[in-house]
Amino acid sequence: MTPTIFEQVQRIASDLFGVPGDQITRESSTESIEAWDSTQHLNFVLALEEKFNIQFSPEEMDQMRNIGSTVKLVERKLQNSPR
Amino acid sequence: MSATLKARDLRKEADELIASGSADLAALRLAELWRNESGAGAAAFVVSRYEKLREKLPLARYRLAILRSFTVEPVIPLLRAAAFASGIDLTVQFGDFNAYPQEILDEESSLYRFAPDGAILATRTADLAPDVWSHYPDLAQAAVAEAVQRVSKSLEQWIKAFRKRSSAALIVHSLEQPARPSTGVLDAQSGFNESALSQSGAIQQINQELRKIVAAHRGVYLLDYDALVARHGRLRWHDERKWLTARMPIAADQLIHLSREWLRFVVPLAGKTAKVLVVDLDNTLWGGVIGEDGMAGIQIGAEYPGAAYQALQRALLDLARRGILLAICSKNNLDDALEALQNHPSMLVRPSHFAAMRINWHDKALNLREIASELNVGVDALAFLDDNPMEREQVRAALPQVNVIDLPPDPLDYAATVRDAPAFQRLVLSDEDQQRTELYAAQRERSQAQQSFQSKEDFFRYLELEVEIAPLEPATLARAAQLTQKTNQFNLTTRRRTEQQIAELAARAGSQVLTIRLRDRFGDHGLVGVAITRDDSASCEIDTFLLSCRVIGRTVETALLSHVASEAASRGRQQLAGWFLPTKKNAPARDFYAQHGFQLQSQNGEGSFWTLDLRQQTIAMPEWIRLKTNEGARV
Repeated sequence: MTPTIFEQVQRIASDLFGVPGDQITRESSTESIEAWDSTQHLNFVLALEEKFNIQFSPEEMDQMRNIGSTVKLVERKLQNSPR
Repeated sequence: MSATLKARDLRKEADELIASGSADLAALRLAELWRNESGAGAAAFVVSRYEKLREKLPLARYRLAILRSFTVEPVIPLLRAAAFASGIDLTVQFGDFNAYPQEILDEESSLYRFAPDGAILATRTADLAPDVWSHYPDLAQAAVAEAVQRVSKSLEQWIKAFRKRSSAALIVHSLEQPARPSTGVLDAQSGFNESALSQSGAIQQINQELRKIVAAHRGVYLLDYDALVARHGRLRWHDERKWLTARMPIAADQLIHLSREWLRFVVPLAGKTAKVLVVDLDNTLWGGVIGEDGMAGIQIGAEYPGAAYQALQRALLDLARRGILLAICSKNNLDDALEALQNHPSMLVRPSHFAAMRINWHDKALNLREIASELNVGVDALAFLDDNPMEREQVRAALPQVNVIDLPPDPLDYAATVRDAPAFQRLVLSDEDQQRTELYAAQRERSQAQQSFQSKEDFFRYLELEVEIAPLEPATLARAAQLTQKTNQFNLTTRRRTEQQIAELAARAGSQVLTIRLRDRFGDHGLVGVAITRDDSASCEIDTFLLSCRVIGRTVETALLSHVASEAASRGRQQLAGWFLPTKKNAPARDFYAQHGFQLQSQNGEGSFWTLDLRQQTIAMPEWIRLKTNEGARV
């Protein structure tokens, strides 16, 4: 079964922030995840770009403050991008 | 198939193995995870887990400083994960943006306090030559030439200053060309001469100057960044938006390529190269199965699909010229395989290109072990190339030290995989490297000759051994440094030294660096050993004493020691002393001092200390060895 976008984002967040996957929910945010600082934020953005073959604008990078909004953004970009 | 779809959860398996204390097995899982998913997420996971295992694994340590004018932080986990998977525990430090000139020039800077083994100078053309990069059309010709001069001079100054303050290796990025020259297609129309340089011509000129500067300094290497960017596509390489917002000029999906290029320098610098490439035959060296398809049926030749295999064979021949030995390990009937290798008209590799062959039906791990012992190298000096994933897994499980190369499914990608492998990269090439295949062919003749003699001594006399011992010269420096870095077995102290460090030792008062060359009736072995000694008032201490494993056991080591002892005595030293520092690999050198009459003085956790009273004892030169000494031109 193909993992959902949420599951894939969860996996990347878990790897980068060093938090077990099952503890990462849509509500997890820069506030609740200690390792999610500005350096890791850039790494997170780059990892998502590489994984889904998309690019985020600076404005979008600022919106990605929790997992739920990040997943929505990725989903929207994947729908819009020509496949 | 995406790795996330696999039923196996390698992350979970690795964590469970770490928890149960199985470091080796955990490392295998981590390496597999890294091969399957070479992205930022996997990199972070792999690095964090290797950090827990670092004390339990045989990892080489390497300290790398990065001097940069852009954000490199996201590349570091990719580089460290790949390094761990290559057996290197990499510690990385980087300076502030654009602070590299001060860091290089200031002896007290964090760069030098970090005491790196190597440093990378990664700058952007836009930072070094902003005028040429961003407003070239405004510049008068004289200003362009001036910019070329200015940038070349700065680079030279920094390289010189770094060399003066550190003996670490230095890797310098070349300057990249713009994706779109400011004068458009006109750029290519201007002549390439100093009085009318185009924008691309000016950058090319700086790169040529840089090449000369790098070549004039020891332990400084050029990374052709412009070629790297071109290889992966200039327009895809960059991400202008990330540059403007995060000072990160490289697109997310290209970062891996920069990390891999850096690794191609770090692996040889950390001594993690492979000395031997062992290849499978059917569906690796040619398409098809020789035992079933026969000479007429296998695929090898200038046309598709045979061309893919010819390209791989060409890549193997190129490696052989780089000093990497080739060997065969194949499940086949010996006669079928040899028939194809000897007589197939399109075959580029022939039996004489292989230093060892195991063509039989035995287990491959067993054959690899035999090949290593036949060639007198450790199993960790082997790389293994096989199209069959099952064979690869079995070898990985049985011999985790072997560098098992993952061949992609499409044979057209085989040659590139071999050419890209970090383990086959070399930063310097000696004459010995280029002739290694021939040296080993002569070796085989020698061992055949040995079998027909009654005694070892008779055999030595027959060999007509001739050694030449000389102080270090500029021409022998690179090879001497290479020997200290690569020799594992007959090496009394295993002290690794860069060219720069050896040159410093040779220039120091009271210190001697000797090299030994060996010739015999079958040919020239080239420079095969190094001895470094240091005098104090009464005693001469051996700092380094090593001999290439190819020539151990022919009393050449005794000849070198004899010379060292008689020289020390003639300089008035009363005692010759030396440490034996045991490693996992230098057992062949363990009894060397005892066998030559040295007395054990002390022993500690590091090793044992031996002395020889030069007033009472000498070490005889073996009578079958002809000694030539050469005063040479000292470095």
